[in-house]
Amino acid sequence: MDISYHDVLLVGGGGAGLRAAIAVAETNPNLSVAVVSKVYPMRSHTVSAEGGAAGVIRPGDTLDDHAYDTISGGDWLCDQDAVEIFVKEAPEELLRLEHWGCPWSRDSDGRVAVRAFGGMKNMRTWFAADKTGFHLLHTLFQTTFKYKSVTRYDEWFVTRLLVDEGRVQGVVALQLMSGRIQAITAKSVILCTGGCGRVFPFTTNASIKTGDGMALAFQAGVPLKDMEFVQYHPTGLPFTGILITEAARSEGGYLINKDGYRYLQDYNLGTPTPQPVLRNMELGPRDRLSQAFVKEVEKGRTTDTPYGPVVHLDLRRLGEKVINTRLPFVRELCLKYENIDPIKELIPVRPVIHYMMGGVHTDNDGATPLAGLYAAGEVACVSINGANRLGSNSLPELLVFGARAGKAAALAAMEQKPPSERVVSQALDEKLRLEQQFLRKTGGRERIATIRSEMHKAMENGAGIYRNQTSLQKAADKLRELRERFREVSLDDHSLTFNTELLAALEQSFMLDVGSAIVESALHRVESRGAHQRTDFPARDDRNFLAHTLIFNNSDGSTRVKPAPVVITRWPPAERVYGVQSEVKQTAAR
Amino acid sequence: MTETRQHARYTEYHPRWYRSRVSTWWWLSRWPYLKFILREISSVFVAWFVVVLLLQIRALSRGSEAYAAFERWLQNPLIVLLNMITLFFVVFHTVTWFNVAPRAMAIRFRGKRVPDFWIVGANYAAWAAVSLVLTWFLVRS
Amino acid sequence: MTETISLEVLRYSPERDAEPSFQRYDVPLRKDWVVLDALNYIKDKVDGSLTFRWSCRMGICGSCGMMVNGEPKLTCATFLSNYAREQGPLRVQPLRYFPVIRDLVVEITDFMTKLQSVKPWLIRNEEKPISEGEYLQTPEQLDRYKQFSMCINCILCYAACPVYGLDPVFIGPAGIALAQRYNMDSRDEGAHERMDVLAQHEGIWGCTFVGECTKVCPKHVDPAGAIQQYKLTATIERFKSFLMPRGAK
Repeated sequence: MDISYHDVLLVGGGGAGLRAAIAVAETNPNLSVAVVSKVYPMRSHTVSAEGGAAGVIRPGDTLDDHAYDTISGGDWLCDQDAVEIFVKEAPEELLRLEHWGCPWSRDSDGRVAVRAFGGMKNMRTWFAADKTGFHLLHTLFQTTFKYKSVTRYDEWFVTRLLVDEGRVQGVVALQLMSGRIQAITAKSVILCTGGCGRVFPFTTNASIKTGDGMALAFQAGVPLKDMEFVQYHPTGLPFTGILITEAARSEGGYLINKDGYRYLQDYNLGTPTPQPVLRNMELGPRDRLSQAFVKEVEKGRTTDTPYGPVVHLDLRRLGEKVINTRLPFVRELCLKYENIDPIKELIPVRPVIHYMMGGVHTDNDGATPLAGLYAAGEVACVSINGANRLGSNSLPELLVFGARAGKAAALAAMEQKPPSERVVSQALDEKLRLEQQFLRKTGGRERIATIRSEMHKAMENGAGIYRNQTSLQKAADKLRELRERFREVSLDDHSLTFNTELLAALEQSFMLDVGSAIVESALHRVESRGAHQRTDFPARDDRNFLAHTLIFNNSDGSTRVKPAPVVITRWPPAERVYGVQSEVKQTAAR
Repeated sequence: MTETRQHARYTEYHPRWYRSRVSTWWWLSRWPYLKFILREISSVFVAWFVVVLLLQIRALSRGSEAYAAFERWLQNPLIVLLNMITLFFVVFHTVTWFNVAPRAMAIRFRGKRVPDFWIVGANYAAWAAVSLVLTWFLVRS
Repeated sequence: MTETISLEVLRYSPERDAEPSFQRYDVPLRKDWVVLDALNYIKDKVDGSLTFRWSCRMGICGSCGMMVNGEPKLTCATFLSNYAREQGPLRVQPLRYFPVIRDLVVEITDFMTKLQSVKPWLIRNEEKPISEGEYLQTPEQLDRYKQFSMCINCILCYAACPVYGLDPVFIGPAGIALAQRYNMDSRDEGAHERMDVLAQHEGIWGCTFVGECTKVCPKHVDPAGAIQQYKLTATIERFKSFLMPRGAK
């Protein structure tokens, strides 16, 4: 068994992972850093973020304003000390990116431009055209080339954390290209693997977002936090999950059901007007739009497609000129990736999963309760997003907490001695497991694709936009059954060379774990708050539930749930007002 | 694990990557490649045109008899054919050159990049202008 | 819809095969399906060993580049219906000019090395501290290099470049375009450092301006333009350093 030795190991090479790697290299250039990513880093999902990154730089905008917008948007489940750190360091990190070459869009005087974004009271969203995540990721990736202490393990898949003497000692990883399985040891490990949107059937997330880091930590005994909070965006294409921006609605698009009726008027979202009115009808709060969709499905007023029920976004009345000048990207996305022309056709849309507020439980420096293990980015839950994330907060989150976790992990690694030889036997066990369970096994009854689609159905029906005790319990039971049936999976592909079916199997087992965590956490929280809406408990219950949900994995596969307090410093919980009259500040932007 | 057959020559954890040879006739496989090769070959014909021009100047400098001999040489059918092909390639060379010129020249005027049309257009306009002037001289005499 | 379309996919498994070979599949023909959807259908329902890369499904990650009927394309942006009326089945092969690891997956380490070799990061003689704010850059200055910064590293341009195919030491279109992105960035001061790498036979002088790279680029980066513009810059710099050896930078 080959072993590599490093000081700090990053699992995942997206925005958080690369920022953390740079932070380690700058804290101590003598530390050996390994970035282990199952895809080449420039393919990480950070690349698809479009909207922007929030950071206070304009005069008249204050850190307290940004903090308040974030906390109220999160329905008061955010840890306010973490939010205060976040809003303070966000503009510094964004400036640092600029110094590294990120092509932020500018005002005519050469200063960085900011724009308004849903949920933010002041203009503070930095943007790089409409491809902020792409530019951010490529700038970070190209900057990491400068640091010779960073070694990349491109297309290596981490299957398990190595834990010895109550400390993380590294990982077991599979090199996709050759099928070689080896231990990569390190004194600190930082998980930066992103969210888990692929647990649900309709998502904006790429195929690689399968909750790997969350499952790895969960299996190692680390609790996951606030897993019940999954964020939907109301208009995504049903087949690919591609996001159709709110701008399409603010330019005058209508949402209509199968009868051509603007159904939002039935849900306390105002009266239909020919021109769009802020916070009215199609410009109402996003969770209300998603909820209206669910109600339409129940009433049978949605159109059925091979991909499930949809409603339609009607842009035809805007005309060719308006669409081509104001919404060119929307038209391009529809034409290029789904063969639909918004000028002549209706765009089918439905709410799609976009972001995971919950994740691995960490403190403000990214440290998890397991010594040596850190987490940063969407995989972690610090928590700054609480029950609902505001748009343009997740990109600075990658940078701020990626840097903090990197620095903390580097300092911790400097104090640690190298891992013991005992980890080798753990790695050998893992190699044996992979061979026995997947590579050498034949004749199983189940296909991965079947398990995946049944999981999707269970999650969408049970833990979707609206949940209740029955639906969640059904989902929990189904997931338990799927985990049993997963034991009967066998692969078509027994090759060692670039076996993506093996990867799909490993990712599927991770997703089943993460899905169970989501459902069990949702069962436990008997109130409605932010993105977690229970029809059987529709009110917010601060007395019993102003707390985080921590979920632990028991050795027999069952879970146990414990509450954890929310840190409240300066902003006592207030009413998060829904409805047409409210400020847009509590809506989740993309 | 898949059976490793003898002829596959694979050793564990070292997959043999397959590298295909690029054929000598790669440029025939796609029309854009063929157009590219023709464009490059056209420079040979441009060189031939220069040679003819130099021969013409040499003949001029040697007096009217030498020039008459040169004109007779030019009327040789093989040379006529060659020169017609040369004319086609010189024009082809010029047109393709003008069309790609904007790629190489990113001229900015008042902060915005000058559209390709103007650069291509300017080249053709200059060509036309020089041709007109030369024609006028020739017709005059 | 019971209409189907035939695909011929090039398969290669180094443990089993000495040579790649085509395998034929029939997949449903749906109006909104792209080639990638067909491949996923085959992998899920027909043959789980079909191997290919993909991620975002929206043309921004650059993973899914393959040869479709002999043209390098992003398979997430290539509709099956465009090929429905063609003679013969739709041929899907791995990207040309790269070694094939397995099926439709190619080895891109060469590209990654070349990307790093052009020093694609902001080089400054003196860094400004964060407390002093951003480097000023007007929208016009941003516009100068913006096009070259749009590269998603999908390497379709390498699959279209015969120079790279014939002479793999060539740095290649995307690499040089990325170098130009930094050279033309008003905040950068490292153009002379990159020139040592680029003004070589392996760099810009290997390029014979075939122009196919620009044609296949899905993000309109225009790498051919970047290279020709750099040839002009490099030549001028060479003359300058020749005429004024100490005066030029």
